[in-house]
Amino acid sequence: MGELRLMKGNEVIAEAAIRCGCDAYFGYPITPQSEVMETLMANRPWEDTGMVVLQAESEIASIHMVYGAAGSGKRVMTSSSSPGISLMAEGISYMAGAELPCVIVNVQRGGPGLGTIQPSQADYNQATKGGGHGDYSLLVLAPASVQEMHDFVVLGFELAFKYRNPVMILADGVIGQLMEKVVLIDQRPRWTNEQIAEISGTWATTGKSKNRKKHVITSLEMDSFIMENNNLRLQAKYDQMKDEEVRFEAIECDDAEYIMVAFGSAARICQKTVQIARQKGVKVGLIRPITLLPFPEKIIAEYATKVKGFLSVEFNAGQMVNDIRLAVNGKTKVEYFGRMGGIVPTPDEVEAALEQKLIRG
Amino acid sequence: MSEVADRIKEIINPENLVYAKSPLLNDDIMHYCPGCSHGVVHRLIAEVIDEMGIQEQTIGVSPVGCAVFAYNYIDIDWQEAAHGRAPAVATGIKRVMPEKVVFTYQGDGDLAAIGTAETFHAVNRGENIVMIFINNAIYGMTGGQMAPTTLIGQVTATTPNGRNVDLNGYPLRITELLAQLPGAAYVTRQSVQNPAAVRKAKKAIRKAFEIQAMKKGTAFVEVVSTCSSGWKLNPVESNKWMEENMFPQYPLGDLKDGSRADAGLYSIKG
Repeated sequence: MGELRLMKGNEVIAEAAIRCGCDAYFGYPITPQSEVMETLMANRPWEDTGMVVLQAESEIASIHMVYGAAGSGKRVMTSSSSPGISLMAEGISYMAGAELPCVIVNVQRGGPGLGTIQPSQADYNQATKGGGHGDYSLLVLAPASVQEMHDFVVLGFELAFKYRNPVMILADGVIGQLMEKVVLIDQRPRWTNEQIAEISGTWATTGKSKNRKKHVITSLEMDSFIMENNNLRLQAKYDQMKDEEVRFEAIECDDAEYIMVAFGSAARICQKTVQIARQKGVKVGLIRPITLLPFPEKIIAEYATKVKGFLSVEFNAGQMVNDIRLAVNGKTKVEYFGRMGGIVPTPDEVEAALEQKLIRG
Repeated sequence: MSEVADRIKEIINPENLVYAKSPLLNDDIMHYCPGCSHGVVHRLIAEVIDEMGIQEQTIGVSPVGCAVFAYNYIDIDWQEAAHGRAPAVATGIKRVMPEKVVFTYQGDGDLAAIGTAETFHAVNRGENIVMIFINNAIYGMTGGQMAPTTLIGQVTATTPNGRNVDLNGYPLRITELLAQLPGAAYVTRQSVQNPAAVRKAKKAIRKAFEIQAMKKGTAFVEVVSTCSSGWKLNPVESNKWMEENMFPQYPLGDLKDGSRADAGLYSIKG
């Protein structure tokens, strides 16, 4: 068992990055996640593991530094919050197109525009439907605890290299600022050049040795037939993610007449709502998507024939609810309840919405 | 295309050989227009890398612009970069592999317009990279639009009546600005309009790569270049136009030759 500590979600991102052997972090300060880079700088990992930590001049520069370092076969990450992720969107698309692995953390705040620094989940569509240009998909993990902030950094790098694809950890201001106990993994070494050669030797740009062809990291292809094939290869990869990487938690769903669907800190609130509703004799369950992309559509489709309705609970205007509706495909009722602008609803508020929109509605 | 290729193959045979190209340049026919400077500068970079014996250590970064396809011609590892982001990409590569040799190859739109922030901050950090800057005062790849370095009065696709100061501001002498930054080690402006200039440009490029090896800071080589297609001039006229119009605005020579500044000059007291 690893070391047990009381830590803030954002600090844990930094600690997990160092401990899992991350090679580099490039970022730009933005609330509510600035503690990630601050913690990294305070820990001085370059003296210990050799991890590079660099404050860039913008989020645009950050993501392209990540691109360059990831193209070298290294384990690289960045973190930001909503407006900063918008600035990174082009770079994320380039990384998906060039098939570069990396971990991107978005500790969401309320928008649109400058919005608020209070918690929000309004970047669900941005994270899961693109955000940048072109037909690409990320793997999107939604932590609901400080422990998951830690675990998903480790898992994120595994998935990023399994699929040679950017992985996004879509957190929110609550999880980023929350302090909880967390079990940390023991320090792992960074990959050696030999390990990198073994893992990424077929594509990484580490300098062309005499006995191999040059490697070119690019998303550019002028021949439409080759470009279509590149796209088909990406789509096949995304299909494989759908088959192998769907993660979710089903809480008290077995006998449920109504199911709430919520991710991240909204799921924490809904867990309490389940208890309140069940004390009142209403059989309510909760599905918590852990991967927002690929979305756990099969389990939702399965329950669609068993329950009287779904309630999507989100800190936004109703984004995930559309994915639930697609999965349910008209078989039962799907409603949405949410708050915006940085307001976090109480469990009772959610319970009241459940009653009003599903049970009595 | 194949007819051209056949004709070139007829010409390339041992009895006609007066000069051998660098083994790092492959036999692909370059996509550059006749009279364009890119081909010459590619050749110089390939020769320098070959002569310094650093092929296995070198990673090039080619961002959006005519030279995005540089990776098709020089036999080293490459990363293609988004428009303007080459200095950030090069920073990422160099920071995680400081023992490698990293260079960017950027046009004027890339380096001095959309990527100005990345350019300034990479040089200001004194990144140990080489930056090659092709300044032909026009956007070649997109069809001849105004560049930040387009001259006043110069006609382009987006300045059909000539670049106008009131509307478009002034030609940006970014190289002069970069030479002021303490992170810069070597800043020079060269051209390749005749054999003597080509030899000087090659020396400058070689020096830039040597500075990187010595970790002295950023080495920056501007090459004032031609764009016959964009300027709508033939290759000979292009060289003449460049000498008459570009050189007075962008005078050739070294702007800085040393190493990045001592941190003490910029430190807080006590």
